[in-house]
Amino acid sequence: MSDLTTKTAAEIAALVAGGEASAVEVTQAHLDRIAAVDDRVHAFLHVDAEGALAAARAVDERRAAGEALGPLAGVPVAVKDVLTTKGVPTTVGSKILEGWRPPYDATIVERLRAAGTVMLGKTNMDEFAMGSSTEYSAYGPTRNPWDLDRIPGGSGGGSAAALAAYEAPLAIGSDTGGSIRQPGAVTGTVGAKPTYGGTSRYGLVAFSSSLDTPGPCARTVLDAALLHEAIGGHDPRDSTSIPQPVPDVVAAAKLGATGDLTGVRLGIVTEFAGEGAEPGVLAVFREAVDALTKLGAEIVEVSCPHFTYALPAYYLIAPSECSSNLARFDGVRFGLRVGDDGNRSLEEVMSLTREAGFGPEVKRRIMIGTYALSSGYYDAYYGQAQKVRTLISRDFTAAFAQVDALISPTTPFVAFPIGARTSDPYQMYLADLFTIPTNLYGGPGISVPCGLSDGLPVGLQVMAPTMADDRMYRVAAALESAVGTFTPPAL
Amino acid sequence: MTTTLPSYDDVVARYEPVIGLETHVELGTRTKMFCGCPTDFGGEPNTRVCPVCLGLPGSLPVANKAAVEATIRIGLALNCSIAQWCRFARKNYFYPDMPKNFQISQYDEPLCVDGYLDVEVNGETVRIGIERVHLEEDTGKTLHVGGATGRIHGATESLVDYNRAGIPLVEIVTKPIPGAGALAPEVARAYVTELRDVIRSLGVSDVRMEEGSLRCDVNTSLNLPGEEWGTRTETKNVNSLRSVERAVRSEMLRQASVLDAGGRITQETRHFHEDTGDTTPGRSKETATDYRYFPEPDLVPLAPDPAWVAELKAALPELPRLRRRRLQQEWGLSDLDMQSVVNAGAVELIEATVAAGASPAAARKWWLGELSRRANETGVELADIGATPAQVAELQRLVDAGKLTDKLARTVLEGVVAGEGSPTEVMTNRNLEVVSDTGALTAAVDEAIAANPDIAEKVRSGKVAAAGALVGAVMKSTRGQADAKSVRELILERLGVQG
Repeated sequence: MSDLTTKTAAEIAALVAGGEASAVEVTQAHLDRIAAVDDRVHAFLHVDAEGALAAARAVDERRAAGEALGPLAGVPVAVKDVLTTKGVPTTVGSKILEGWRPPYDATIVERLRAAGTVMLGKTNMDEFAMGSSTEYSAYGPTRNPWDLDRIPGGSGGGSAAALAAYEAPLAIGSDTGGSIRQPGAVTGTVGAKPTYGGTSRYGLVAFSSSLDTPGPCARTVLDAALLHEAIGGHDPRDSTSIPQPVPDVVAAAKLGATGDLTGVRLGIVTEFAGEGAEPGVLAVFREAVDALTKLGAEIVEVSCPHFTYALPAYYLIAPSECSSNLARFDGVRFGLRVGDDGNRSLEEVMSLTREAGFGPEVKRRIMIGTYALSSGYYDAYYGQAQKVRTLISRDFTAAFAQVDALISPTTPFVAFPIGARTSDPYQMYLADLFTIPTNLYGGPGISVPCGLSDGLPVGLQVMAPTMADDRMYRVAAALESAVGTFTPPAL
Repeated sequence: MTTTLPSYDDVVARYEPVIGLETHVELGTRTKMFCGCPTDFGGEPNTRVCPVCLGLPGSLPVANKAAVEATIRIGLALNCSIAQWCRFARKNYFYPDMPKNFQISQYDEPLCVDGYLDVEVNGETVRIGIERVHLEEDTGKTLHVGGATGRIHGATESLVDYNRAGIPLVEIVTKPIPGAGALAPEVARAYVTELRDVIRSLGVSDVRMEEGSLRCDVNTSLNLPGEEWGTRTETKNVNSLRSVERAVRSEMLRQASVLDAGGRITQETRHFHEDTGDTTPGRSKETATDYRYFPEPDLVPLAPDPAWVAELKAALPELPRLRRRRLQQEWGLSDLDMQSVVNAGAVELIEATVAAGASPAAARKWWLGELSRRANETGVELADIGATPAQVAELQRLVDAGKLTDKLARTVLEGVVAGEGSPTEVMTNRNLEVVSDTGALTAAVDEAIAANPDIAEKVRSGKVAAAGALVGAVMKSTRGQADAKSVRELILERLGVQG
C-alpha cells in the first residue's frame, strides 16, 4: 500500500498544490490499490481509470500553468452509483439500468469536476439505495474491510468500504434513511447527511424525493467538511434546493478539532435508550459521551416522544414516493428491455422488463408504496405518515430549543455477518432506527467513529437543526480529536 | 340504434340535460413547464427534448414562472379565487407518451377555484360556473402503426414523439350546467367560444382547436324533470366549436334513446366523430383508474404573492364580451351586424384598422368583404390573410384621396395579400394610380371623341346616355386608372353638353 493512499484528502491536496506529488501519481496509487484489493472488497461497480488519469493530468497541467487550485484539487473521489455521470455507466445497483450511460452529469458531479477532484469510478450500493447492507445490489455484495465476511452497511456500502480499504480518500453517498451514516458507522469512517436541500438532488436517481440527500463520506471530519463545502449550495435545477450558502462547515470542523466544547449543550434522546441497541454499542457510546463531557460539553436528556413512530412512517413515505419515482423504468426509453420479440404487446414488454429488472426488495417497496397511495387507503397510510412526520419535526424543534445538537449511537448494531438479516426485512430495517428521524425532519446528521466493540467500529451520530450543519461538524471533530481515527486490519 | 333516435324537440320536451366542460389550453410560453426546451409547434420528432422532459433518471422539474403567471391571469379573467398556497400533484398511470409514467398536475389544491364566465346565447346572458383552473404538463404524442383502430391495442408498432411532452397545459373545468334545456348544445358552444376569446385576449395561448392548443371534453347527462341528475358520459375528440355543439346534441339524443328503451347510461369516455357526428364508447370509467395522486415531492409549493396577484388583476385587459359591446356602440352596428363581425373573427382587425385611421364602415367593408372572401377561398384565418390593419387603413386613405377607385383598390389589395408591399408600393409598382392629370385625361377624351365621331354626334344632339360608350373607350385606353365619373364630366364638357 502506497503512502499516498493512507493520506487524508487535505494532506493529498497540500502535496499536489505544493508540487510534492502529482495528481497523476496520487490517482495511479489509488488505481493500483483498487486493483490490489477490490476483487475482495467489491466496493466499485465501475472503475474509470482512463477518465481519472485524464482528470488528474488536467490538474497537473493547470498547476504547471500557474493556475490557482481549489482546496481539493487532485484528490481522488469515489462516487456512489446513484449519481448520473456523463458517458460513464450509472446503474443504481440495478439490472434495470445495466449498460446505461447517462447523457448528463449530476450537479454534484459537475461540482466535483469543477473543484479539480478526480473521479475514480462508481461505487456499489443496495439496488436503488433500498437497503442497509449493500447485499441488495444486483451486482453482488460489498464486503466490510474490517471483516470480509461482514456487511459494510448500506445502501452506500461501496463508498464507505472504498474509504476503509484505502481505495479512495473521499466518496459521495446519498442518505434517505441512513445510507451515508450507517455505512460510515460500521466501517469506522465519517459520513455526513447535509440538511435536505443543502446539496443538489439534480442527477441523483430518485428513491424517495422528499428524503434523498446526497452528502460527503471521508476518513476524517475535516475531509468530510471540505467535500461538503465543494458539493453543497443552491442549485437552480433542483427546486427543493435551499437558496442559501453552505454553512461554514470547514471552519466548524477546524474549531472542533481544537477539542473544546465548552458551552455546547448536547441532548441524548430518551426514547432511543430503550430501543434495543447492542450492549457493546451502548458501552462504546457511553464512553464517547464521557469523552464529550471531558471536552466541556454539557449533556442533558431530551424527550422526542414521536421518534418511536419514525420507522413505520418512513416505511410508508419512502415506498410511496419510490413507487412513483420508479415507474419510469419501463424499458421504453432507456436501460433494460425484456420480451420485445415483435409478438408481445407494449404492456407485456413493460411488465416483463420490470419483472426481470427489479430485485425483490425494490419490488416489495413498490408494492407497499402502491398500496399506501391507493384511493381509500391514502389517508390511513400516506396521509397518516405525513402527520407523524410533522410531529417528529416538532420534536426536533422542541429539542433544539433546549440543546445545540442531539447525539445517539448511529446504528443499533455493529456490522453483521453477510446473509444474517436478508431473510427478515424488519431486522434489516432496524439498522436505520436512529438515523431515520433526521431524514423525516430534514436536518443534518453525521456519523463519526467513536470506538470499537469486539474489534468492530461503532459510530456516534450528531444531529443538528436544519442549515446548522456546521454545529455537527464541530462536535464530530471534537470527538475525533479525543478518540482518534480507526484503522482496519491490513487486507 | 340510430334508426330509433327520437327527435331533438321530443327529447328536450321530456328530459333535462346537465352539461359540463373540461378544456385544456396549451400555453404559449417560450419554454416548457418544467425545463428550458422550446415549445414551438412542429419540429422533427424528439428534437425538443432534454433529460427533464424525457424523464431520464435523476432529472428534476423546476416550475416555469411564466406559466404560473398565465394560469393566474386566466383564473382572474374567469373571476376565480387564486390560491395563496397550493401544490402540484403526481397523477400516476403507465402510458408510453408520459416519460415518467406519471403526469405532474394538480389535484385537490388547484391554483384557481370558484369563478364564472358570462356568455351570451340568443341575446340572453348565461353565467357558467368555473369549478377550477389548474396547471399541468402535456404528454408526448403516440402514433400506433399497423393496427385496425389506430389505437394502442392491436398495433404492431408504436412511435412516440416527446416534443410536446412537458408543454404547459391549463385545465379549466366548469361546474355542472343544469337548466339550459334545449339550448344546452348552444350554451356549450358559446362557452367554449367565449373562453377562447378571453384566453386569446390575455395573449397566453393561440387557442387553436385544429392544432390542439385548445382541447375540449364535453360531459353530458339527462334526467327526468324533478329527478336526480343522470349518469354522465365524457365525450373526447371534440376538435372544433361546431363539434362542441354537435357532440352535446348527439349525446343527448343517444342517451335519450337508451333511457327510452329502459336501459341505463354507462359512465364512460366516448369519442366524437367529426364525419358522422356520432359518439362511440372509449374506455369505461366504471372501474375507475386509481391515479394514486400525491403531492409532487420534487417541487416546492406555489405561494403566489397576493401583491403580485393584485398587480396581475389590475393589468387584465378588457373582457372580450364587454369590449364587443363597447365597440358595437362605437361603430354603430346592429346586433346582427356585430354578430357577423364576431363570427368572421374580425373584431380585433377592425378595431386596429379604425385605430389606424379608417372609418368603422370602411374597415368593416374591407375585412368582411374582400378579405373574408379570400380567407374563405384559401382556408386561412382572417388574421393570417397577409394584410395588416395598418395596410387596410392605408388602402382606404388612398381611396378617400381619389388615388384609387374601389375596383383599383381591390387589385391593390390583391398585391398586398400576395406580399408585394404596402398599398402605396403596390399602387406605384403596378402603376395603378387613378389618372388625375387633366392634360393626359383631356388628350384621352379628345382621342376617344375623334375615334368615335358618330357617338360624339349623338351626344351633341342631346342623347347624353350615349356618352357611356365614350367613357368606356377612355377607361380602356387608360387601363381603368381614370375615375369614370370625372371622365364622363370631361367628355360632356368637351362636347359642350350640360350633364
